[in-house]
Amino acid sequence: MRDYLRTHEGEARLLAVLAGLVVFLSAASPSFLTAANLASLMNNSAINVIWAVGLLVVLISGGIDISFAVAASVVQYLCFYALMAVGGGDWLVGVVFAGAIGVAIGAVNAALIAGFRIISIVVTIATFNALFGLLMFATAGRSLYDLPNWWTERIEVVRLGDHAALALPVAAMAVAMASTWFLISRTTIGRQLYAFGDNPEGARRAGVATTPMQFIAYGWMGLMAGIGGLMQVNIVQEIVPNALIGRELDVLAAVVLGGARLGGGRGTVLGCFLGVLLVAITQNGLNLLGVSPYAFKMVIGLTILAAISLSGVDLAALATAKSGRRKLGRPD
Amino acid sequence: MPVAEHDESAADAAPAIRFDRVSVTFGGVRALDGVSFEVDRGEVHCLAGENGSGKSTLIKVVAGVYRPEPGAHMEYFGRPETTVTPQLARRRGVAVIWQDLALFPEMTVAENIAFDHLVGGMRLVEHGAIRKIAESALARLGVDLDLGARLNKLPIARRQLAAIARALASDAKLIFMDEPTASLTQAETDMLLDVVRTLSASGVAIVFVSHRLAEVLEVSSRATVLRDGRLVGVFEAAGLSQTRLTELMTGKQFDQRISARSFAAAPAVLSVEDLSRHGEYEGVNLALRAGEVVGLVGLIGAGRTELAHTLFGMTRPDRGAIRLNGRNIAFRNNRDAIAAGVAYVSEDRLALGLVQQQSIADNLVITRLRAISNAAGAISRAKKAAAVAKGVTDLAIKIGRPADAVSTLSGGNQQRVVLAKWLATSPKALILDCPTVGVDVGARDGIYRIIRRLAESGIAILLISDEVSEAFFNADRVLHMAAGRIVGDYDPRSVSLADLESAVYA
Repeated sequence: MRDYLRTHEGEARLLAVLAGLVVFLSAASPSFLTAANLASLMNNSAINVIWAVGLLVVLISGGIDISFAVAASVVQYLCFYALMAVGGGDWLVGVVFAGAIGVAIGAVNAALIAGFRIISIVVTIATFNALFGLLMFATAGRSLYDLPNWWTERIEVVRLGDHAALALPVAAMAVAMASTWFLISRTTIGRQLYAFGDNPEGARRAGVATTPMQFIAYGWMGLMAGIGGLMQVNIVQEIVPNALIGRELDVLAAVVLGGARLGGGRGTVLGCFLGVLLVAITQNGLNLLGVSPYAFKMVIGLTILAAISLSGVDLAALATAKSGRRKLGRPD
Repeated sequence: MPVAEHDESAADAAPAIRFDRVSVTFGGVRALDGVSFEVDRGEVHCLAGENGSGKSTLIKVVAGVYRPEPGAHMEYFGRPETTVTPQLARRRGVAVIWQDLALFPEMTVAENIAFDHLVGGMRLVEHGAIRKIAESALARLGVDLDLGARLNKLPIARRQLAAIARALASDAKLIFMDEPTASLTQAETDMLLDVVRTLSASGVAIVFVSHRLAEVLEVSSRATVLRDGRLVGVFEAAGLSQTRLTELMTGKQFDQRISARSFAAAPAVLSVEDLSRHGEYEGVNLALRAGEVVGLVGLIGAGRTELAHTLFGMTRPDRGAIRLNGRNIAFRNNRDAIAAGVAYVSEDRLALGLVQQQSIADNLVITRLRAISNAAGAISRAKKAAAVAKGVTDLAIKIGRPADAVSTLSGGNQQRVVLAKWLATSPKALILDCPTVGVDVGARDGIYRIIRRLAESGIAILLISDEVSEAFFNADRVLHMAAGRIVGDYDPRSVSLADLESAVYA
C-alpha cells in the first residue's frame, strides 16, 4: 500500500483531503457519520462512479466523451422497448441489452474518431446533440413510468443498519470498478491504452494497433454508460428523457479531480472513486450544514478548481525551493 | 539474385545490413540519390552529414518507414528483402532510438523497457516477466535503473538508457541512435559511450548520429558521410580528424575565420543585472552593445532559451534588472518588448516562427500590421506590397510569388523570412535562438552574413547556438551558460575553439 501511494501521489493527496473532510463533517453535523447517511451517499454516487470508470478509460487513451450521459438515456429507452419486445425480461436480459446498446453507441463514436480522424471532443459533442435531439424527437419528451417490476424493485445487497443498506447499484459499481481496474492494469490491452494516450506517435511506432484502441476505449465507455443507465432506472424508478443531461460534466470533473489527465496516459480507478466521493461528500456536507442548494454548484466548482490547480504543484519541490534556491543543478 | 546469399555460413559472415542504390524523392526533392550503406555486425558506425544531407531519410529506409525507389538492394544479416515494413525491420533486429525517444513518460521504467511484450492482443500482464526482461536488458547494458519508478521521474540521460534497454529487450542487433548525447553532460555522455562499447563488444551494431564530432570519432570505427543526399564515402575513423570530417560533410574547405571585434566602448543597448528566475536561470549579468554579436552557448537545458524568453517579455524574472538603452524596463508581455525594440527569432521556426500554411507575404508583414493599415484599420494593399518587396530584396529571399505558402521555401529561405519579419519592426536588440537549425550549410553562410550586416547597422545581437563553433566564428564574444548561470565570457581571439568546446561540452 505504501508503495502504491508513493507512485500515486495524487490519490494519496485526495485520500488525505477526503479524510479531513470526513473528520470535519463528522464533528460539524451529527447526522453525517450515520449508517443511513453513508448508505444513501454510496447509493447515490454509484451511478456516477460507474460512468466515471468508463470515462477514465477514454481519458487514459487520450480522448474525451461528453455524449455518455445522453447515451445512457438512449440506452434506457431502447432497452425498455427491447425488453417489452421479449416479454419483460429480467436482470440478465436487461444487462445484456443495456450493455450491447451502450457498446454500439460507443462504437459509433470510435468509428467516427478513428475513421475520419476527427478529434474526440468534436465527435462527441456532435453525437451528444444528435442523440439528444433524436431522443426528444422520438419520445416527444414523454417519460416512462410503467416499467417491469424487476427493474424498479429495490434490492438490498449489504445491510448496514435498521434503515440503511447498500443497494444493487453499489454492487454494480463494485463490479464496474473491479473489471475496469482489471482491464487497465492487468491486461496488455490496458497498458497499450495508457501508452497510446501517453505518446500516440511512440505507441504507433512501437506497433500498437491504434484503431482497435479507440474501439476498446469508447466501447468500454459505452458499456459503462449502458450499465449505469440501467442502474439509474433502478434508483429513480422512471425513465425521463432529459434526466441525465449535465451529468457528463459532473462526472468529467470528478474523474479529472481524481487525477486522470485530459490528454491521456494517466488516471486510476481509485482516483475516479475518490473524485466522485469528494464531490458527493462535499455536496452531502453542505446539505447537512444547511447551506442553500443554490450554492452547491458554486462551492463544488471552487473545490474542483482548487484541487486541480493544487495537483499541478509539486509540494516537495515547493518546500526545497523555500529552503534553498539551488534547484538548477544537473541531474546526478 | 545470387543464390549463395541464402547459404547459412555465408549469411553468418554477412554484414548486419547492406544497402545499395538507395534513392528517395519527396515532392521533386531528391533526399537520397543512389546511396550505399553497410554496417558490420557489432560495429560502431558513424552516420555523418549536415542537416538535410539525408541521414534521417536513410535511417527511415533501413527501419522500413520509407520505401526506396525500385532498384535498391536491401539486405539484413545476409537476407535480401524486396519490401521492408517497420515490422519486418524490427523482426530482422533493427531498432531506432529516435531523438524524442518515443517512450511513455507516465508508465514505469520496466514497462517502457519491455514494451514490446505489452503490444498485441489481449493477454494478462505478467509483471514478473516484464521485470525480468527489463532487468536482463539493463544487466546487458551494465546499468541500474529503478524499474518501478515512473519514467518521467528519471532524468533525461537515464531515459536514454531506458530507450537503449528497450531496443535490447526487443532483441535488436542493430541500433540507430539519433543524436543521443544532445542533452547530456560530459559525464553522462561518457557513460553512454561506455554502454555503446559494451553493446558493440556483445555483438550489437550501433549506428551513431551526432553533431559532436569528437565523440563520434572517439567511439566509431567507420564513418559513412552523406552530403546533399549523396554518398561522399566511407572512412576509417582512425585516420579522420574533426576538421577533415567537417570538410567531408560540408564539401568546403574550412576557411572560417574569427570575426570577433571589440565593443567595450560601445553603449550597451540591452543589459541585465543579477537576473534570476527560479528553476530557469540564476544571477545572470550580460550586456549587448550596439553593433555587437554576443554568442550564447551551453547544453540543452542550460537556461538559454528561458533567458531569451524573459528578455523578450514572455516571462518575468523573479529578481534583477533589465535595461534598455540605460533605462530600467519591465515588460508585461512580448508586445511591450516588440514596441521597445526587442525582437526574438524562436528556435522552433517550423512551429513558432512562421505560420506555415500562410503566404510568404502574410508572414512577412505579420509584425507590422498596424503600419501597413490605413486609418480605418484595413490593410492597405499598396503598403503591404511595398513592405513585402522591401523584405524580399533586403534579405535576398528566393521566392516564387509572394502569395505562395511559406512552407514551399527551403529552410534557409524560411529563416530569411523570419529575419525579415522581425527586421521590419526596426529592433534595437535582436535575439536569435539557434538560427541555423535545419538550414543547410550553403544557406548558413548567407544567414551569418545577414547577422553580421545587421550588427553593422547598429543592432545588438544575442546569438544563441547549440554549436559552439557557430558562436565562435560569428560572435564578438561568447558567453557560456551552464545550469542557469553564465559561467564563462570568452573572446574568440584569445581562446581556441577546441578549448571552448571542451569547456562547454564538459
